[in-house]
Amino acid sequence: MIYVENKDLVIPGQVLADDEYYSGRGTFKENGKVCSSLLGRVSLRNKKIRVIPLKSKYVPKKGDVVIGKINDVRFSMWDVDINSPYSGILPAFEVFGREKKELNKVYDVGDVLFLRVVDVDEIKKAKLGLKGRGMGKFKGGIIVDIAPTKVPRLIGKKGSMINMIKDKTNCKIVVGQNGLVWVKGDEDMEQLTREIIHLIEAEAHTSGLTNKIKNKLYLTIDGELPPEEVEETEEEFVLEKPTLQNFKEELEQEEREAEEKKEKETKPDIGEVIEEYKRKNKSKDGSFSLGDNSNNSFILNNK
Amino acid sequence: MMSDMIRDDGRKVNELRPIKIEAGVLERADGSAYLEVGGNKILVAVYGPRESYIRRLLEPNTGVIRCRYNMAPFSVDDRKRPGPDRRSSEISKITADALRPALMLENYPRSMIDIYIEVIEAEGGTRCAGITAASVALVDAGVPMKDIVVGCAAGKVNDEIVLDLSEKEDKEGQADVPIAMMPRTGEITLLQSDGDLTEEEFAKAIDLAMEGCLEVSKLQKEALMKKYSIEQ
Repeated sequence: MIYVENKDLVIPGQVLADDEYYSGRGTFKENGKVCSSLLGRVSLRNKKIRVIPLKSKYVPKKGDVVIGKINDVRFSMWDVDINSPYSGILPAFEVFGREKKELNKVYDVGDVLFLRVVDVDEIKKAKLGLKGRGMGKFKGGIIVDIAPTKVPRLIGKKGSMINMIKDKTNCKIVVGQNGLVWVKGDEDMEQLTREIIHLIEAEAHTSGLTNKIKNKLYLTIDGELPPEEVEETEEEFVLEKPTLQNFKEELEQEEREAEEKKEKETKPDIGEVIEEYKRKNKSKDGSFSLGDNSNNSFILNNK
Repeated sequence: MMSDMIRDDGRKVNELRPIKIEAGVLERADGSAYLEVGGNKILVAVYGPRESYIRRLLEPNTGVIRCRYNMAPFSVDDRKRPGPDRRSSEISKITADALRPALMLENYPRSMIDIYIEVIEAEGGTRCAGITAASVALVDAGVPMKDIVVGCAAGKVNDEIVLDLSEKEDKEGQADVPIAMMPRTGEITLLQSDGDLTEEEFAKAIDLAMEGCLEVSKLQKEALMKKYSIEQ
């Protein structure tokens, strides 16, 4: 006997089903009844009941990709805030190997990085690493934070949702599994993307959301609806691992192209080029602006 | 058997004061709730689970909850001296104890949850109202729990067992029995008793308070459903 339907809103302590059903995440069994332990929506598959929470904190898991902020620089490691009850550490050897360098010259307090959880020990401290495509420090852009449980919805089936937003807004977007999203593009587009991401977070449980978002994107950017209707794809609420996003390569290639172009355009004496290059790089380094955008929603909790 | 006596404020013996509960009222807290019971106005904020910044409180196998009950200086007729006192320390402790059995903190070892209960206006029965509001805020924060704890009081006024004492009844009455319980299983997580009661009166008071709890519990659930189901 089951007392709820798929995608129903349930509250802690609510009885969901009788004994013949299996208790999945977000539920517990007591006296032969499956009960919810969270405020969330029911996800029913075969005879297994899960509750997908509306709000939750990120608990680090081995292999996850996350976005973190450097909190402290220590002798041989960085302390990283990963928007979780548990802090992360980035050991120096994950970055330089055996070489010895000064840590704060590489990443300083306040830098935001794209990282991989290498290991989680028994006290849930997350050891982080930079191995993988696109891992490293972000330059510029804004950070949007959403509930970690809504991350799979934002990415969509095989990245359908996120790729659509990327294409339409021309923004570079990186999603961390800890609920932080990095967005870089034109200022207007960054703001639009943020609105869209918050909309997805608020309506994650509704079906046909991809089409709704698509229409909104087309309306705002082009002023008209998309040309052809794509068939409705009912998307599942599955915890899919997001694929790695190679923003860094793109960034680097863009920079390289820009430089080449400049070199071709003007061929003055070499001194000027170097001067120009230096100036350019300087301004680029200083362009990281998390603080400027006071209304962006980068709230980290353990300060 | 209930007598049909009408109380000073026009209520029947088994009638609650009007209640209003709202979930998720604060932007920056992980979870929050606002509650009005009669003349009580209570605001609760929940932060966490977050990294325990107090080392000695940290538990290696489970999370910990901390609770602070505070009355605003303007919450009572005579100005209350601000800051913690004997009464608020006691209520902080019993609130944390009343909520703890319902929480499933094993999933968050070495973490800490902070609950801040601010009484903006007080009119009797603030400890029960605080527990009721705090558990709504905990649900709103997404903390896993077995049940939503609810608090309610019964007492003895003019030799009659009555439900949900007001401030006047509390002061002039003969006894006050606040309880907190988990409505699904009926387990009692808080039981205090102040004043003189016979054994039968005590049993009657507990039964009445439990009835009241179930009533309040419905309102808690409604508040949560209301907050999160219309957001479409």
